[in-house]
Amino acid sequence: MTQATAASSEQSPMNTAKADSPPLQAPTAKTAAELPKQVLVKWLYDMQLIREFENRTMQAYQQAKIGGFCHIYSGQEAVAVGTIGCVNHDDPIITAYRDHGHALARGMTPEACMAEMFGRTTGCAKGKGGSMHMFDRPNWLMGGHGIVSAQTPMGAGFAFAAKYELEVLGTGKKKVCLCYLGDGALDQGCFHEAQNLASLWDLPVIYILENNGYSMGTAIHRHTANFEHLVDRAKGYGIRGVEIDGLDIMNVYNEFKPIVDDCRETSRPAFIDLKTYRYQGHSMSDPQKYRTKEEVDQYKDKDSIAKLCSDLMDMGHIDEAGWKTMRKEIADIVRASVEHAEAAPVPEAGELFTDVYANPEKNLSPAATYTHGTKNPLL
Amino acid sequence: MTTTPTTPTMPMIETDIHPAIDNPELPVFLPEDQMPSREGDRIIQFREALREAMSEEMRKDKRVFLLGEEVAQYNGAYKISQGMLDEFGPKRIIDTPISENGFAGMAIAAAMTGLRPIVEFMSWSFSFVAADPILNNAPKMLYMSGGQFGCPIVFRGNDGAGGQLASTHSWCVEALYANVPGLKMAIPSNPYDAKGLLKTAINDPDPVFFLESERMLGDKAHVPEEEYYIPFGRARLAREGDAVTLVSFGRPVHFCLEAAETLAAEGIEVDVLDMRTIRPLDIESIIERVKVTNKVLVVDQSWPFASIASEVVTQICERCFDWLDSAPARLNTADVPTPYAKGLEYDYLPNPERIVEAVRKML
Repeated sequence: MTQATAASSEQSPMNTAKADSPPLQAPTAKTAAELPKQVLVKWLYDMQLIREFENRTMQAYQQAKIGGFCHIYSGQEAVAVGTIGCVNHDDPIITAYRDHGHALARGMTPEACMAEMFGRTTGCAKGKGGSMHMFDRPNWLMGGHGIVSAQTPMGAGFAFAAKYELEVLGTGKKKVCLCYLGDGALDQGCFHEAQNLASLWDLPVIYILENNGYSMGTAIHRHTANFEHLVDRAKGYGIRGVEIDGLDIMNVYNEFKPIVDDCRETSRPAFIDLKTYRYQGHSMSDPQKYRTKEEVDQYKDKDSIAKLCSDLMDMGHIDEAGWKTMRKEIADIVRASVEHAEAAPVPEAGELFTDVYANPEKNLSPAATYTHGTKNPLL
Repeated sequence: MTTTPTTPTMPMIETDIHPAIDNPELPVFLPEDQMPSREGDRIIQFREALREAMSEEMRKDKRVFLLGEEVAQYNGAYKISQGMLDEFGPKRIIDTPISENGFAGMAIAAAMTGLRPIVEFMSWSFSFVAADPILNNAPKMLYMSGGQFGCPIVFRGNDGAGGQLASTHSWCVEALYANVPGLKMAIPSNPYDAKGLLKTAINDPDPVFFLESERMLGDKAHVPEEEYYIPFGRARLAREGDAVTLVSFGRPVHFCLEAAETLAAEGIEVDVLDMRTIRPLDIESIIERVKVTNKVLVVDQSWPFASIASEVVTQICERCFDWLDSAPARLNTADVPTPYAKGLEYDYLPNPERIVEAVRKML
C-alpha cells in the first residue's frame, strides 16, 4: 500500500500508522500535558490534515468531481484525533457516514480517501463505496456505514469478536472497540439493543456520541428526549456514561484515556457524550436554514485546531514558523491527493461484477457472472 | 481447497488477507456417485440433522458459534440445538435477548473479523426487524469495502406457514431476500440435504440464508453419520416422470411428491425436481428435464408476485423456450395474508390437490 509521504520536513509528524509497521500502542501518559511533544504535534498535524482535506473535498464536490452524499467533518477534528489517540492501532473502530476524519486519523492515506470519493481504483474501496463507506483493513477501520446507527450493533460485534478470540480461540489480546455515532443515531432502536447487548455480555465497546447538536437539520432538543442528560440513558443499561467537552483535544485525552484503559481492563462498555460542532451542513446539499451564522461563528471562535495550536505554542512545542510550515506541507499533501485522485484510473467495466461473492459460484444470478477482482490497493 | 476442513489457519482478522481473493477453505465436494447413500437405517429427524451439521463443524472449527433466542439453556425453541450448550458451553452457544436487529448486526461484525457465526432466527418472520443488518450489511460488505471485508455468516430459521400461526408468523422470505446480490440461499426439503447443505453453508465465505420449515423439523429419514457436503447449485431429481416437470424447493417438494403419487395412480408420471438452493439456482437441471417433459410447473410457497417461481419461469423462457409445449406455469400460495383457520391455511398453501389440478390443466 501507498503511504502519504509527508514531504520534505524532517520534523514532519509522519503518519506512522502503517500496515507494515508493528501495531502502535496507545500512549501511557495519564494526561495530555505529559505526552511527548511528538504525539501532541502529530495531533495538530492530523487535525489540520482533516480540516484541509475537507476543504479540498468540498471544492471537488462543488466541481462535481465527487458525487453522492458527502458529509464534512470540519469542526469535529478533536473528537476523531483525540479518541483514536487513546487506543492501540489494532483496536477496531467503526463509524457512520461522516467518516473522512476517522479514516485519516486512523492512518488512511489522503490519496486512498480522496480517490475513493473520486470513484477511482486506488480508493480504499476501489471506488465502490464512496464518501460514506471508508474501509481500511490494515488500519482496523471497519467502515464507514451509511445507515444511521447501523454501526452500533456492529461496534458491539467487534468487541464481542475480540473477546471471543481471546477466550475461545486463545489468541489475540484485550481490545477496545470505538464505535462513533451522531446524535441522530440516539433515536434509533438498534442503538438501544446494542447498549443492552454490550452491557449484558460485558463487551469492551465505547460508544462515542459525536454530539454536534443536530440530527441532520433537526436540533437535538427537537429530536431526542431529555437531551441534556444523555448519559442517564447509558446508566439505564448499567453502562458508564461520561460527558466530555470535545472541542479541546487535550481535555478529550485527559477524560477519555482513563475510560479506554478501564474498558480494556474490565471489559465493560461505556458511553461518551462528546460535545462538538460541525461547521458545515449535514451534507454538501444542506442550505442550513435551521441554524444561524452567529451560532456557527460562536463555535468557530472556540475552534479546536486553533486551541491546540495555541496550547502547543504556550508549551513551546511549535512556533509560528513551524505551524506555517506544517500547514504548507499539509496543503501540499492534500493537493497532491486531489491530483492523485484525478489522475487515478476509473474502475474498468469488469469491476462491476467483482467483490460481490468471495466464492462466486455459477448460477448465482440470471444476468451476471461474478468473478474475483483486482486486489484492494490497501492490502 | 483443503481435503477436509481442519482447524483454520486464519483464526482471526489478518490485515493483509484479501477476503475476496485469498480464499477460501471450501470443503471438497464428492462426485455424486461417491456421496454416502440416502438409503439406510440411521433414521433421525430433520432437526437432528441440522444439529449434527452444526455440531460437526463446531467440533472442527472454534470460529463457529451459534447464537439466537433460546438456543442454549432452553435447548432451542424447536429443540434444534438440544444438548449443544452442554457440549460447547455458553461462550459458543449463546442465548440472545429478543433483539434481532442488535444480535444480527453484532454477528455480522464478528463475521467480518473472520469468525463464523450461525444466527438462528426462531422464525424468519422475525428477521424483518433485522432487515437492515442482514440485507444492507451482510451481503454488501465485500462489495462496499472493495473486497476488504467478507461476511461468512449463516442465518437460519423457520420459513413459511408453521401451522395456524397466521399472518405475522408465516412469512416466506425467499422471494424478498433472494433478490439481493451478495447472499446465497439454501432451502432443504429433507434431513439428508439439511445436513449436507448446512455444513456447506457454514464453510462458505459468503452470507448464507438457510431456510427451514417448522413443519418439517420432525420429518425422519436416513442421515449418514459420516461427513458429507452438498454443493450449492445442484438440484436433485426426487422423482422422474415424462409428463410434466414440477420444480420446487423446501416444504412444497413434499406437496409435489404427494401430488405425483395421485397423478401416478391416473397414469400420469411427473418429474419432481428439488432445487435445494435458490441462489445459486441450478437452471441447467431444469432445462435438462424440460427438454424431456416439455412442460413445467414451478411450485413455490411464497406469494406469486415477483416470486421465486416468477424468476424460475422467466429463466426457463429465456433459456429453453423452444422446448416448451405449453406456457410454463407457476403455483404459489394464495395472494393473501396467511389465514389462521386450519382449512383456510391449507387452501392457501400450494397443496397437493392444487398441484394435481394445475398439472391436469397443463395436459
